[in-house]
Amino acid sequence: MSANDLKATKKLQASFISPTPQTGPDQDHINSTEHIREHTIADEISERTFQDVSLCYQCGKCSAGCPVRYYMDIAPNKVVRLIQLGFYEDALKSDTPWLCAGCLTCSTRCPKEFDLAKFMDAVREIAIEKGVEIKQKNIIKFHKAFLDQIKSHGRAYEVGLVAEYKMKTMDLFQDVDSAPGMYFKGKLGLLPHNIKDRKGVKSIFKKTSGK
Amino acid sequence: MTSMEEVIMKYGYYPGCSQTGSAKEYDISLRKVIEKLGASFDEINDWSCCGATSAHVTNHKLSSALAMRNIMLAGQQGLENMVAPCAACYNRLVTSQYEISKHPELREETEELLSAKFQKEINVINILELFLKIGINKIIENRKRELSELKVACYYGCLLVRPAAITKFDDAEQPVSMEKIVESTGAKTVDWNYKVECCGAAHSIARRDIVVDLSKKILEDARSHGANVIAVACPMCHTNLDMRQRAMKRTYPGHEELPVLYLTELIGLALGMNEHELGIDLHYINYKYTDPVPDNTVA
Amino acid sequence: MKIGVFICHCGENISRTVDCPRVARVCESYPGVEYAIDYKYMCSDPGQNMIRDAIREKGLDAIVVGSCSPHMHERTFRNAAVSAGINPFLVEIANLREHCSWVHDDVEAATQKAIELVRMAIEKVKRDKPLSKINVPVTKRVLVIGGGIAGIQAALDTANAGYEVVLVEKEPSIGGHMSQLSETFPTLDCSQCILTPRMVEVYQHPKIKLLTYSEVVKIEGFIGNFKATIKKKARHINEELCSGCGLCITKCPTKKKAYNSFEEDLAFRPAVYIPFPQAVPNIPVIDESVCMYYKNGKCGMCVKVCDRGAIDFDQKDTMLVADIGAIIVATGFKLYNIDKKAADSKYKGYGEYGYGKYRDVIDGLQFERIASASGPTAGEIKRPSDGKVPKKIVFIQCVGSRDDSKGISYCSKICCMYTAKHAMLYKHKVHDGEAYIFYMDIRAGGKMYEEFVRRAIEEDDVKYIRGRVSRIYEENGKYIVKGEDTIAGMPVEIDADLVVLATAMIPQENSAALARTIGIPYDKYGFFNEAHPKLRPVESTTAGVFLAGACQSPRDIPESVAMASAAACKATILLSSDTLEREPVVAKVNEDLCAGCFYCKKVCPFGAIEVKDVKDMNGIVYKEVAYINQGVCQGCGTCTATCLSKSIELAGFNNEEIFAEIAAL
Repeated sequence: MSANDLKATKKLQASFISPTPQTGPDQDHINSTEHIREHTIADEISERTFQDVSLCYQCGKCSAGCPVRYYMDIAPNKVVRLIQLGFYEDALKSDTPWLCAGCLTCSTRCPKEFDLAKFMDAVREIAIEKGVEIKQKNIIKFHKAFLDQIKSHGRAYEVGLVAEYKMKTMDLFQDVDSAPGMYFKGKLGLLPHNIKDRKGVKSIFKKTSGK
Repeated sequence: MTSMEEVIMKYGYYPGCSQTGSAKEYDISLRKVIEKLGASFDEINDWSCCGATSAHVTNHKLSSALAMRNIMLAGQQGLENMVAPCAACYNRLVTSQYEISKHPELREETEELLSAKFQKEINVINILELFLKIGINKIIENRKRELSELKVACYYGCLLVRPAAITKFDDAEQPVSMEKIVESTGAKTVDWNYKVECCGAAHSIARRDIVVDLSKKILEDARSHGANVIAVACPMCHTNLDMRQRAMKRTYPGHEELPVLYLTELIGLALGMNEHELGIDLHYINYKYTDPVPDNTVA
Repeated sequence: MKIGVFICHCGENISRTVDCPRVARVCESYPGVEYAIDYKYMCSDPGQNMIRDAIREKGLDAIVVGSCSPHMHERTFRNAAVSAGINPFLVEIANLREHCSWVHDDVEAATQKAIELVRMAIEKVKRDKPLSKINVPVTKRVLVIGGGIAGIQAALDTANAGYEVVLVEKEPSIGGHMSQLSETFPTLDCSQCILTPRMVEVYQHPKIKLLTYSEVVKIEGFIGNFKATIKKKARHINEELCSGCGLCITKCPTKKKAYNSFEEDLAFRPAVYIPFPQAVPNIPVIDESVCMYYKNGKCGMCVKVCDRGAIDFDQKDTMLVADIGAIIVATGFKLYNIDKKAADSKYKGYGEYGYGKYRDVIDGLQFERIASASGPTAGEIKRPSDGKVPKKIVFIQCVGSRDDSKGISYCSKICCMYTAKHAMLYKHKVHDGEAYIFYMDIRAGGKMYEEFVRRAIEEDDVKYIRGRVSRIYEENGKYIVKGEDTIAGMPVEIDADLVVLATAMIPQENSAALARTIGIPYDKYGFFNEAHPKLRPVESTTAGVFLAGACQSPRDIPESVAMASAAACKATILLSSDTLEREPVVAKVNEDLCAGCFYCKKVCPFGAIEVKDVKDMNGIVYKEVAYINQGVCQGCGTCTATCLSKSIELAGFNNEEIFAEIAAL
């Protein structure tokens, strides 16, 4: 997949909307001698999730049963639809994948046995890779803080997690509910549990992030 | 030489990060209960985080590698099975193992990330499977008291029974195994609607508003079906259902508290342990089991 | 042997890529070829005359025609040969069009290939033996299996054509699912009003022998000559004596002992019962599993009240055997249910809809009974749990259908229509009620069907919501239906009083077993397979067995009736001749060589192979060999390929002939 995919996507969108496309990725292909189909984001998602996005027939059962549906900007089935039609930017910018709680209700009930939760994972992953601006900033910051804990300690250290999350969000007063209570009750240790093979875990992060 | 009995009753143990912090009491009660029932744990050496939600929602390779690191450690330790008491860890572990066994390309990538070969499949079991394996009869035999005052809403949450094709455990929509275990403590269970509805899970911190709404619905459904306690088998569920009741009181004025106990704590109570031993006093909602007043009228 | 070779240009279809004169020229030089010629249109009258003249003038013994596919004109050329005095099986076709000119564009190579194809045919025709058609007698009687609307229609049409019919129905009455329906779409005709006269007609028809409470257990024989064994289950009522007064039913003390399956378990019945008041025949059945007499030998109330002495506790199942010429299978469908299924079942249940634990979550047939004037609520719409009139009703389409995860990928076809009908009937009876229909697509193809659906929406204010329902659960006597309107992109939650599921149509319980009994193929679901999806839709691949109605795939009443009439027509065509002429391309066993392993019997898709005893002079059996019934054999050659001792030969395609063809390449 090329780095300019999102731009190409925009063009595709334009050609999708306009009745007589003047430009578009297909146009280039017609003029070129190579008749190779573009590797689209839909293809990429299909590959990463081991299932074709065309499986979805838009019945909406996923959205109907989604516990966080009411908080989403667009319905989960619509995210699949946008990908199916090539409106990638709209799909990747949506709140919906980020609000997905990964509860697997949709995947369990899907009449086409399409694993929507896994699809959402791939959409999020690609959105990060493409540097798409995501509105659910706190959720992203939380995941980042969580992974940072694992990266440095090998395990999630909750005190460090909350501290880092607060630093990232600058929301110093949120979670006054739980943390102090937990300190008092002696649940949260003041020191992280470091594993021995921190180097090994770090190297996984290094290899997967490409840094 | 170990006897047959001991071999069967020994389980690999993957505690999971929460067990060392916010779900300390789950770990404490589990270990105590297991010991009372004559089983023992062999903790995975130098286990690491399974990657949890944060890894699989952002990077599928990272997620696979973090989970598989632990499965491979269990294999190196010579274990056949491994208990993951946290439903979320359990789900990550079984799913990752399932996926790499299904998809050779992912397996290769994961092995490369871990610089090791995946050699041995580990039978990862959840907390309910553990008690079913140990045997409900064991609980009944060792029971010191019947928790006859309890009407329990068994809350499975999302990740114990889903997705059915991978967990191959109980029923994804109408599960019954936790009820069987809880009833072995002498408690009654209630039939309710929200046993597999999601509590909001990992949104606990970043979108607490969602978690408060969803958890409130779960608590109210349990209450309206006559429950006086909710049993859980997942640290995340517990955090959201127990601790978030504090925030719930602000969002829903007049909210009445409903105690939320780990399944292991319920069993521990039946086995004769007290609230302090089991770590129940670490919960946000205080809870103390009171035995019924003996009915003297007959005598 | 003198062989003639005729190469057709097929206009330019062949000659464009094949040098036809050259093919003829080259072939003429082959040993055995007496004469070879090419012509523009060999199938035309002059072309055929050319063949006839050549046969006569040159004294040809066999001919090869290089032309189009044998599917097209083999018969034409065979007829031409016959009229000039040659056996039709000494005519071989080399397919130079579909197999050569149409699929190649290099003239040189195509011509070379054409020459080889013709040479193969020449080598085969040299070894061909004259064959003559096989004649088999025809029994002029039709067996109709299943007494629903399809079976009834097929039986009546066949009988009215003057042929005898044996109609076998497993239930105590004919009528099938149609007798359970309240009203029918798109006309809202009363189902029983239009059906029951036909049922009576069947009963009174002098040509129809009606066997209810009976099942076909064995089919032997072949087209025109079947033998059917039918089990007539014991009714414990003497059918000759019973007057159908019904006194035994009203006096039976086991009033509500059993679920009434005609009422889809929404009502009860006693041990002795007729399924419904208009049952045909109007003769009760005693259900042994419930009857007190069979439990403890006591009671016998029915015996006391029956003044005709028709009660017969000692009656046993009886076996009847009938000679049959043709079979029409019309066993219909049943509804999938959402209950939890066994782990090995091919279906899965709907846990998300409660696995059938909610009494007010019912299926379409149950709603039919509730809406029916003769049903358990006398046509008043009341819900099963508490008898209250539902003020909010939700219908859900595609439950099971189009759902891979539950094991059914197909569309059940009729649900869109009957759901629209249900909602309409509800609105006509509960004026202040709200009706919602969750659907995925509305498939209303059919005369007045789309108009009917629009009427439900526009005139009866039925609310259609596009989306599948994710979950149903009970809360305070209401059923919470969680859906999503995918058009509005909005989640929808309805607190319904009654939920009606349009569950999938699936084949009858034992359809696969019955298919094996009859010897017809079926698909992975258990629906019977037609011989050709376009051109032979009512025939099975087994000669003499025809299909009608929903046993072949989901279909509605008009389609079932049309199919039944078509099947009856096919059966009467078959019966209209005294003997059947069959192609002689059938397999034959060399009994001396046959080792009696019967692998052939196992692989024969048509059940044409039987075990035959070979006796010595004293009549003592000394070995068993395979025997191929020439009436049943379709000449597929599977047995020939399977036979270990090479003792089966397919006439017209024996090993010598085939090997000669291959060797000619």
